[in-house]
Amino acid sequence: MKNITVTVLIDTLIDITLLAFLAITAIAIIYMRNLFVIIMLFGIFSLHTAGLFVVMDAADVAFTEAAIGAGISTVLMLGTLALTKNHEEKNPPHRARLPLLVVLITGGALIYGTYDIPSFGDPQSPSQQHVKPRYIERSVEETGVANTVTAVLASYRGYDTLGELTVIFTAGIGVMLLIGGRLTRRKKQADEQ
Amino acid sequence: MIDIIVGHYNYWVVIFLMMAGFYTVIDRGNLIKKIAGLSIFQTSVFLLYISIGYVSDGTTPIIAEGFTRYSNPLPHVLILTAIVVGVSTTALGLALIVRINEAYGTIEEDEIHEQDKSL
Amino acid sequence: MKHNLILRVIAKYLFPVIALFAFYVQFHGDYGPGGGFQAGVILSVAFILYTLVFGLDTAEQVLSPGVLRILACTGVLLYAGTGVVTMLFGGNFLDYDLLALNPIEGQHIGIMLIELGVGVTVSAIMLVIFFAFAGRERS
Repeated sequence: MKNITVTVLIDTLIDITLLAFLAITAIAIIYMRNLFVIIMLFGIFSLHTAGLFVVMDAADVAFTEAAIGAGISTVLMLGTLALTKNHEEKNPPHRARLPLLVVLITGGALIYGTYDIPSFGDPQSPSQQHVKPRYIERSVEETGVANTVTAVLASYRGYDTLGELTVIFTAGIGVMLLIGGRLTRRKKQADEQ
Repeated sequence: MIDIIVGHYNYWVVIFLMMAGFYTVIDRGNLIKKIAGLSIFQTSVFLLYISIGYVSDGTTPIIAEGFTRYSNPLPHVLILTAIVVGVSTTALGLALIVRINEAYGTIEEDEIHEQDKSL
Repeated sequence: MKHNLILRVIAKYLFPVIALFAFYVQFHGDYGPGGGFQAGVILSVAFILYTLVFGLDTAEQVLSPGVLRILACTGVLLYAGTGVVTMLFGGNFLDYDLLALNPIEGQHIGIMLIELGVGVTVSAIMLVIFFAFAGRERS
């Protein structure tokens, strides 16, 4: 029993440290003006989030976040930065009070809303009682897959994943149509001749 | 009181991050910074979902002998796909920024508005 | 970066390692963390590293944009096609139980096929997006 308390304590400590890092990074992103620094900070933010996902027992999600958030997103943002001229954000012409007010009111309302959410990690909370026991108990005998996340993703919620895949495909087509390489390349060759 | 703080600090920090992203989106005029803020907002929503699926003293939902307490796999599935969808929609937004930059020569919101007005 | 010898050599050796890891993640997703989404992204990262070091033109000789577009469509078709095949066998859409004689085998085949479809589409789309950004001229 003593061992379990020590693990929970260590988990909580890592959790608080990573959350503090995340908060600091978010504030730094608001205050920084250099866009390159902002993009790098965003990569750091994603990597810390991946660490937090590991602490919260979501290995698959952490894996994806580390590969995508810290990898591909950052590369794409840097690509956009390379294609635009200004690398420095301009000072806002006036210090607007309204956005701050809106954010504070929204944040206050959301925090008020959390009082109805069960405590963090509560095994009796409704989200742990609804479909989860069914997935945990039956997925191995029904699908033969040990990783419940894969079983739910590919088998129980196959329709959902097909929809998500179609969204990714459509977004790819959109990017291709907006800035697809072929047209510019032809123009470049014409210019060279 | 202590109970509420211990049980909810995670949600509060997540809401703080969410609002930091939201503030960046609505207050800052640079389009790349707006996208970064939007991504922070998105990531904090992911954190909220995973927090709700967490069970203290549980383990990753990969069924193995000797473990009985697993975190909820359903939020993991939803967020796993949402992350990949998120990056492709972010890429679409960035592609739009590239086109806006080619058309207007700037990625500052107020300068774009001025050019629109002078037309 | 074309003249940096150390980068070129390291990138050459890293490429197969990253690609192998992507295939491991793809096919080991049933037993450990992993699956089509992660594997697709990791495979595309291998090609992005190659492109960053050797340049866009070399990368497009290895993997032409036309092939990428066909691959992106193939993945979605493989996923939806699996569903149609199960319908032809008399079941519901994406009801893998009918793909083999016993339901567990069928589930295994079905999950592997659709994870493959997800992996192919995700890696192709990520590369399409990256090549689109990399090929654009600075205005």
